[in-house]
Amino acid sequence: MRALFGRRERGYAPHVADVKAPETKAELDARFTELYRAHLRDVYSYSYYRVGNHHDAEDLTEQTFLQAYRHFERALRESNGRPLRPWLIRIAHNLAANFYRDRSRKPESAIEDAGVISAPHTTESLVEGREELKAILTGVQQLPDDRREALIMRFALGMDNREIARALGRTDGATKVLLHRAIRQLEGIVAEDIAEPQLDGRDPA
Amino acid sequence: MSAGAADFEALLREALTPVEPPADLTQRLELTLVNLTELAQEELESWELKAMRDPRNWVRPAAAAVVGASAGSALVALRVRSRHRSRKQQSGNLFELAAHTLQDARYEARRILPGR
Repeated sequence: MRALFGRRERGYAPHVADVKAPETKAELDARFTELYRAHLRDVYSYSYYRVGNHHDAEDLTEQTFLQAYRHFERALRESNGRPLRPWLIRIAHNLAANFYRDRSRKPESAIEDAGVISAPHTTESLVEGREELKAILTGVQQLPDDRREALIMRFALGMDNREIARALGRTDGATKVLLHRAIRQLEGIVAEDIAEPQLDGRDPA
Repeated sequence: MSAGAADFEALLREALTPVEPPADLTQRLELTLVNLTELAQEELESWELKAMRDPRNWVRPAAAAVVGASAGSALVALRVRSRHRSRKQQSGNLFELAAHTLQDARYEARRILPGR
């Protein structure tokens, strides 16, 4: 087991479920290691945009992989060769829902405020000086949960419609509609947000 | 898709840039997973027992020769293999290693299948 994380290859993202089922525990661990390395950033990004701060995103990421490890053998068996990323993100999605229910709270801060917590990379630093990007991040937080999640999966994780559908437990068609509506609603929010300061600046008289 | 929609999606992609996990999270998570797998040794053994139903996974030389192809033999082979692995890491002498492995096979066979 010591070899579980022995070899590190940056950017290595195999299709974990594309090969035959593992026959030994060592093979299963090796496959889980591949999954972990390929999708750690996906799970962390999803968690971060979902909860809005690094501290809770770390907790959520940890819990997601622990949960995934427990059920990995069954997931592989039932995946029928399909990629396991949607399954992983669905675990994070369910844990995030429990996280809010258990603590009876919603995200306390907008995503861009989360940058005050130390981290090697923050979205705040990336969007600094770009008002429209800040407006988008604020707008994403105002969307209904399912629309926000679909956008995070599509644009932060680069998932296609089919993967998002599997992660959200919807049909491909319903997912396409969901994404379309999410983008249109966000466009409206951002347009209002950008227009408001200009209106505020006008002389009411 | 209109040019405006495409532009907005490009902005959206830029705003929702993937976030790199902090290095300490990566280290902590990997350590947790390694510890978890070690702590769950009993569970792992039961998993391996299922895998051992496939003869290709058996340790053939010593254990299988002693006890034959039964469920018991799988357990013997598993335990012998497990000890063999840990000894292999410690031992530099192949003969000593082989002797210990055979001794383990005899011990496990007597313990698990006392009637034989």
